Parts: sequence; structure tokens; C-alpha cells
Amino acid sequence: MSISRIYAIFIRQIFLYKSNPTRIASTFLWIIIDVILWGFITKYLGSLGKDTFSFVNIILGAIILWGFMTRIEHGLMMAFLEDIWSRNFINYFASPLKISEYLAGLVTTSITTGICGFSVMLLIAGLAFGYNIAKIGLFLLPFLLILFIFGMSMGIFVSALIFRLGPAAEWIGWPIPMVLSVFSGVFYPVSILPKFLQYFSKVVPASYVFESMRAILAGGLLSSLTMNLIISLCLSFIYLLLVYYFFIRVYRYNLKHGTIARFNIE
Amino acid sequence: MNETLKVVGLVKEFGSFRAVDNVTFAVKPGEIVGLLGPNGAGKTTTINMILGILEPTAGSIEILSKNLKEHRTEIVKQTNFAAVYAQMPGNLSVYQNLYVFGLLYQVRNLKEKIKSLLLDFDLEAFAKTKAGLLSSGEQTRLNLAKALINEPALLLLDEPTASLDPSVANFIRERIKRRVAETNTAILWTSHNMYEIEAVCDQVLFLSHGKILLTGNPRTLPAEYGKKDLEELFISAAREPLFFEG
Repeated sequence: MSISRIYAIFIRQIFLYKSNPTRIASTFLWIIIDVILWGFITKYLGSLGKDTFSFVNIILGAIILWGFMTRIEHGLMMAFLEDIWSRNFINYFASPLKISEYLAGLVTTSITTGICGFSVMLLIAGLAFGYNIAKIGLFLLPFLLILFIFGMSMGIFVSALIFRLGPAAEWIGWPIPMVLSVFSGVFYPVSILPKFLQYFSKVVPASYVFESMRAILAGGLLSSLTMNLIISLCLSFIYLLLVYYFFIRVYRYNLKHGTIARFNIE
Repeated sequence: MNETLKVVGLVKEFGSFRAVDNVTFAVKPGEIVGLLGPNGAGKTTTINMILGILEPTAGSIEILSKNLKEHRTEIVKQTNFAAVYAQMPGNLSVYQNLYVFGLLYQVRNLKEKIKSLLLDFDLEAFAKTKAGLLSSGEQTRLNLAKALINEPALLLLDEPTASLDPSVANFIRERIKRRVAETNTAILWTSHNMYEIEAVCDQVLFLSHGKILLTGNPRTLPAEYGKKDLEELFISAAREPLFFEG
């Protein structure tokens, strides 16, 4: 892998952010709205619960972590879409760029936008609602790692789908995090779900993160916490490998069928 | 002398349709070969396979004596292209585009290289202008600057002067000819402008229905077939390919 070529993919996205402030706004606007909206909702719920339950730490914390994962997925997908919108595939894929380098460049972009978004969310939640992420403790690091790998997997999966089905399929990427949030226990414990939906939760790595986070913040240490994190991490890596393989397969299909040269008319 | 590009028995099928049918040719260093033919003859399909963005059904492509399929990244570092249908991203400036593609081709002393290309292609005044705002002539100059950024041994030009006024087209041709004289670059050039082909190409290949019908020197080929010029030969070959197939 060439660092120079990975950097080329990354710096192109940075040039785009620098040249048009609306791209920066799109990165931060929704997550800022989410934090403010849920900040007030948790404040209201807290007043009803008479402080017997830390709504701010649990619900706002979940929203911030979910926002981080969503930004990773959307950041990667957006960087991919920029190349579709500017009809850049021929230029890229006729150059020495390898698919692994292209994906690494997209991932680097999404890490950058994801970390920026995460920092802004923490800042607003801390200043406006007194949220303190440090209460999660050192487990925050594996939580973030799992959500990052899972977000990246989703981003690559959606990009591969768009690469295979054509630009008209770009809508698929936007609602996926919302759909997955149903099974991930972001807003409620997985045990609330009907039994058959709980089976879906077991294969969603994020569900283990949110269950564990709730257990830690509720004061009790989940007995199976380590095992949960191991299962979750393994699932995330398996998905990452599968979607990488899927993307390569789609690329080879496109190479065979001439889709790269005429991608924008698909 | 070893050929820069050697294509042997190249075939591309899309389902039951054979877009390129057993095409064989070579381009030597410092040679400009014109790939001619009516729309849909298989020119762009051939170029896409040489670029590595389309997988051939059969046949082999060797660039600098290495098989493209097996040594793609290594080979592609020494090729480049400009095509009327592959513009630079319009939302980056001229300088940013050259910088990104310079990184992709791992160009040394990139900033110096960009400076000399901007000067050479008369693009200095547009360095900070977004590519999408350029006129078609300026965009073509940018495409060519990008195509030469890695000083390629093989340059593929798919209708590089299409839709340009004669003055800009002449500017482009002169730059490319100068480049070949200075660096011995091998060029595969498609165009529908027969006067242009006659002016720049050392050899032409005439493609019809995916097959090579004619090859030869563009200045002597028309007389060999009793035609007054290349344009007349082109029209005859496009309308009556069976006559030339024999």
C-alpha cells in the first residue's frame, strides 16, 4: 500500500471541505441538533424521574456514541459519493491506485470527520447539559473501537451496494443507522424487544456496546462485560472482512462488465 | 526495438455482442498510432482495456514488456490518458487536481512539476480556478497536463481535441508532438478528425465492428486504396467494411 496514494484520496476530501462550507455544515448540523434535542428531552425526563436515574449520562451518552458510529458510516459513504458525483472513477481506477488504498483513503476521511463530530458533540453536551463521558471509564476505548469498526463496515457495505447498483442506489445508505438502532438497544435495553427481534440484536455488535454502557452507568458491573466486548469485537472484524471482500467482488464485476467507464448512467 | 505497447488477440464480449474482435497491434517508443473507426467500432473499449478499467474476454496486453493483468499497478505508473469523457473533478481547482493526481502517480518534486505543467499548458492564471468553471479548451489543457504529470512512457488519447476550436486543437497537437520528440513517448490516439490524424500519426489502424480492417501510413494509405485522402478512405471503410475485409 502506498501512503502517498492513500493521502491523495484523503486530501481530495479535505480540499472539498475547505472549498465549500456547506460540506462542513452537513458534517456537524445533524449531530448538533441531535445532542441539543436529546439533551432537552433527557433534562425533562430527569425532572419527571426526580434524579433517581441518570438520564443525561445514559441517554445522551448513547446518542453521542451512536452519532459517532453514524458519522463514520456516513463520512465514508459521502467521500465515496463525491467521486460518483464528480464522475471521477475512470480517472482514479485508470491510475496506479489500488482498491485497498482507495478504501483506506475513504476510511481516513471518515475517521477525521467522525472524530471532529464526536468532539463537537462532547463539547456541546458537556457545556449545555453537564454530560461527562469520563463516567464510562476506560471501557470507552473498546466501545469506540467497536463502533468505529462497525461504522466503517456499514460504510464500505453501502458503498459497495452503490458501486454495484449505480448512483440511484445512494438513498440506501442514509436510513441504515436508524434501522439498526432498533436492534442495537441505543435508546432502550434489548430485553424490551420481542424475543424474535432480540435474535437480530445478538448479531449487531453495537447492541453489546450499549447494553454494557447502560450496565456500567447504572452502577453495576455487568458480569459478562468482557465476554460481550470480545463477541462484539469479533463480530465487527468479521463484518469488516466480509464487506471488504464484497467490495472487491463488486469492483471485479464492474471491471468485467465495463461499469466503471459508464458508471454514471447505471 | 521493444514495443511500448503490444496488444495480441484482444477480444471483448458483452454477452453475445463482440465489441472487440481479435485485435492485434503494437506501438513503439516515439510512435504515434491513430486508432480510427466509426462510432461504436470498439475504439474506446480497446482503450479502456489498455487502461485497465475493463477486463478483456481474451487476449493479452503488454506494456513495457510486462503483462498488464499481472503487473497492473507497476505498469499503470508509466501510462496515462486524456479522454473527452473523463474530465477532472470540477469541484477541485486546477492546482488541487494536479496535486491529487501527482500524489496518485507518486510524482517526485510534485510542486515543481505542477508549476512547469501550468506554464507549459498556459494554465497559470487558472491555478486557483475550479476545473468545472473552465472552458472546454482550458479543461482539455488541464486533462493533458494531468496526463503528462507522471511523464508516461505510454499515453492514451481518446479524442483529445473533440469540440475544440482549430486554434486550441492546434495548440494541443503541437504540445503533444513536442512531448513525443523530447521524451520518446508512445501514443495511441483516437480521433474523428482525419486532417489531424494525417498531421500527427505515424501509423493508423482502422477499426470496424471490433476488427482491424486496415493499417498503414496515413499519408500513403488512401492512394493504396485509390482514394484521394484519409477522409474518403474512412467513409468508404465505414460504409463498406466487407470490401476491405477481404
